[in-house]
Amino acid sequence: MSSKAPDKDAGTPERIGAGITAEGQHVAGTEVPLRLGASAPTAARRGFDWRQYVVYIGFVVIFLVFAVTLGGSGFLSPNNLLNIVSQTATISVMAVAMTFVIAAGEIDLSVGSVAGLASVTAAMAVTQYGLLAGIVAGLLTGAVVGLVNGALVTRIGIPSFLVTLGMLGIANGAAQWITATAPVPILDDTYNSIFGAGSVGPIPTLLIWTLIALGIGHLVLRKTPYGRQVLATGGNEAAARFSGVKTRNIKLQVLLVSSTVAALAGMLYAGRLHSGRFQWGQGDELSVIAAVILGGTSLFGGNGTIIGAVIGSLMIGLINNGLILLGLESSQQEIVRGAIIILAVALARKRSVA
Amino acid sequence: MYTPDEGQITVDGRPVQIPTPEAARAVGISMIFQEFSLIPTLTVAQNIFLTREPRSGGGLLDDREAERRARAIFADMQVDIDPTATVESLATGYWQLTEIAKALSQDASVLIMDEPTASLTANETEALFALVGRLKARGISIIYISHRMEEIYRVADRITVLRDGRLVIAAEAAKITMDQLIEQIIGGKMEGAFAWKQREVGFDGTPLLEVRNLRRGRRLQDVSFKLYPGEILGLAGLMGSGRTELARALFGIDPIEAGEIIINGRPVTIKSPQDALAAGICLIPEDRRAQGLVLDHTVRENMLLPLLKTLDRFGMIDDARGTQLVESFVQSLHIKTDSIFKQVRFLSGGNQQKVVIAKWLAAAPNILIMDEPTAGVDIGAKTEILDVIRKLADSGKGVIVISSELTEVLAVSDRVLVMHSGRSKTELARQEIHTEQELHHVVQSA
Repeated sequence: MSSKAPDKDAGTPERIGAGITAEGQHVAGTEVPLRLGASAPTAARRGFDWRQYVVYIGFVVIFLVFAVTLGGSGFLSPNNLLNIVSQTATISVMAVAMTFVIAAGEIDLSVGSVAGLASVTAAMAVTQYGLLAGIVAGLLTGAVVGLVNGALVTRIGIPSFLVTLGMLGIANGAAQWITATAPVPILDDTYNSIFGAGSVGPIPTLLIWTLIALGIGHLVLRKTPYGRQVLATGGNEAAARFSGVKTRNIKLQVLLVSSTVAALAGMLYAGRLHSGRFQWGQGDELSVIAAVILGGTSLFGGNGTIIGAVIGSLMIGLINNGLILLGLESSQQEIVRGAIIILAVALARKRSVA
Repeated sequence: MYTPDEGQITVDGRPVQIPTPEAARAVGISMIFQEFSLIPTLTVAQNIFLTREPRSGGGLLDDREAERRARAIFADMQVDIDPTATVESLATGYWQLTEIAKALSQDASVLIMDEPTASLTANETEALFALVGRLKARGISIIYISHRMEEIYRVADRITVLRDGRLVIAAEAAKITMDQLIEQIIGGKMEGAFAWKQREVGFDGTPLLEVRNLRRGRRLQDVSFKLYPGEILGLAGLMGSGRTELARALFGIDPIEAGEIIINGRPVTIKSPQDALAAGICLIPEDRRAQGLVLDHTVRENMLLPLLKTLDRFGMIDDARGTQLVESFVQSLHIKTDSIFKQVRFLSGGNQQKVVIAKWLAAAPNILIMDEPTAGVDIGAKTEILDVIRKLADSGKGVIVISSELTEVLAVSDRVLVMHSGRSKTELARQEIHTEQELHHVVQSA
């Protein structure tokens, strides 16, 4: 069983109100200007454009529905809620990096397999050479794969869709091969505690990892020159190049980071499940991409929102968790989950201009 | 594309409703779009009959019949296009003609052409005018939308001026002079924006930029020239003469293969836009939509894109300072936008171009290369842009202006360099050129 991600977080509604629109780049500056119309320009200029907030609204609605219908089944128990966050952490972390990739106009389909491969290399290295070696081995696995992806895309010019599709198979095959498809147990308690199973006081480390990824990702995308250059590259590569942006480097870097973060996610799987295994993360690329798009990032590049992506990820986890508690079979869960994702994206769709 | 809130449209005296482009076609109105609506990978014939393909007996598509009919239409238009060629294999001039054939195949009686010559060479433009004449003779009415005054007078029988969505004037072309027309368009007198004034340029010091024997591929074979501080150098030449290639090479988009670039007496190597920027060279590219702007991003983000390094404060973008900077340029260049947070997609062509210009003015270059800075820009914005160019030179910068509109080249340049087949051919001081006709002659015969 690949562990699919469920999730949900109690503390989010505040953040939703915090003035960061689903699309909204610049909340900073002097006063908050009228930004609501920006993505649906034909809409009334001053009107509230709810389309930008679909992921947040959907998140709250789904949460409330489950809270009412499943209140008795332990849905609202702190344990269950923290459990949702923990199980979603890997998807959330990867969604943060994927937002950069998609915002830059590329895609990375290899993240799930890279997570599996890194869980294995990290587990093997921890067992043989100790904690530090394990961490280095895991991250290095991701970095190497990312560098290969990035080089093939930017130096040879193969579309990232194809490069990473191929890499999906290569990474997965490599993980099966070096382990002979067997799980690699991790007995190092420190590793397991840092990467998944532990907690700081009442806060699970997986929640902390999610928050770290969220914080760094959001700041870099919204507030740094680098983030702005990523958005420009995805929005119009030629214009970015004519503006002095090194677009090839940007693309290489987002793919490098995406793989490295995917490796971190694989290490989180390994920590949570006390073992490395090629199946960890299998199929996650689709959940990750769904989370990013649900969050309000355009599949065509040029815009992106990290907070939206994490909320999107939590929403997917929330749905998974609720459907399990409702007693649906896994086949039914998949159908309902798919339908909800399509519905949400349909609602969030910008009205096409002419 | 848009439906009217109020008002009435009549065709042949009958009121009609036009809720969709299909409905317009049904009553005989066809539009030739500024951005072509052809599918590059399909053949000419397939494009002309898209969604209205001739069928053979079994209901299958009959490409042969489509080609036959397309050939007949082209014969009628007296143009020579192979209907079996894919559209992408044609020069862009022929795209336009294919568009027109498409409209004719639908028995259009009213043809709307929006800036049809924007991407045509001089010869293609002539061919288009001839075609317009033949269509007129066949009883087809044409609404010809253009920013180019000379064209309007070439083709139009009557002229209608719209400003800010209102009808300003409608008159017979013979009864209104070009000056009156321009006045109506910009809504006021313009004080000789196209008139050239001699400026003081010191031609004896060290050149700001000197270029010796530049070469790159076939399009750029041997270019040498000098640019002095405070000078505006006009770059004229036919389509394909290497003007744009020169601009791209100097900006490091397509680095040179041989030759020397010397700035303030020091040789520099320019292999990338970053190198060019470091050397103080900026380029306003010829296609603002494809190369100048990220259309989905806001005015502010677009303007600040080249400036991110200077706005860096402890690794973060200094938003307050950025906003201030953008606001000041919006004011000084009179950019019309409700907010600096509006997506540039929704600005008019002229205002978009001003955003591109502001973007590079803010970077404070020493040498600014402008490739067709007023293409597709209304005449009001055009005069403002020409003023910006003059002011920039007055402040001691060097400006290179590439333009196919000789009126414009003559309006601002201190010297004119004429290019031909990738070579710098003729260099003329502005005083030596007495009429536009003279320069036209030099460009054509260079």
